[in-house]
Amino acid sequence: MRVTVRLFARLRDLAGSGELVRDVANPATVETVWRSLVDEMPDLRAYERTMSVAVNADYAKMSAKVHEGDEVAFLPPVSGG
Amino acid sequence: MAAVAVTASPLDLQALIEDISRTSTADGAIASFVGLVREENQGRRVSYLEYEAYEPLAVRALQLIIDEARETWSDTRIGVHHRIGRLELGEASIIIVATSPHRAHAFAACRYTIERVKQIVPIWKHEHFEGGDVWLEGATANPDDEAAREAARRIACA
Repeated sequence: MRVTVRLFARLRDLAGSGELVRDVANPATVETVWRSLVDEMPDLRAYERTMSVAVNADYAKMSAKVHEGDEVAFLPPVSGG
Repeated sequence: MAAVAVTASPLDLQALIEDISRTSTADGAIASFVGLVREENQGRRVSYLEYEAYEPLAVRALQLIIDEARETWSDTRIGVHHRIGRLELGEASIIIVATSPHRAHAFAACRYTIERVKQIVPIWKHEHFEGGDVWLEGATANPDDEAAREAARRIACA
């Protein structure tokens, strides 16, 4: 199934794009999507312990299920204000 | 004007104050906070900042923060606007307005809001300085982290 991956800030720079479309096997979780991304781009792994994740613009856990057409976002530590 | 906004346009504190305070004559206090782009950061001479947001989640997180603040200070009304895009030195990156019948609640809700923004709102600063650039990274955003929320509440009441 197809999902949209969103990456922000330095994660976006490392990946060279803020939006990617990827095929993952069904069923999948956020973790499945992350693993396939890290296989492709090992530099991203540095964020594994500090990032947050979101599914369809709502904070989620790595164990959250992902469905066809979902938007999965990986967020480095935030620095707003 | 929405109480919550993430926008590339310059921020207007007076307009937000009027918007948040106009619906009630019960208020005795308005506290406001304006965050500015500073010329120095960690020994670096800052040239300008670029702010990036995951906008739909940033708006949700700002609304969540207001709801949290009103759980503690239920007589407050709060507005918060965050700017994104390129900001020059001295420009406002965030404005917060909190009203209440009493100043203690207005101050506390305002302080709580900025502390929580720094904890959980998906916005990032890309600092451009003399000699390079760097993405600033602060807190791992987790709205369910009760210890972080309690820390923000403690600071707000200090």
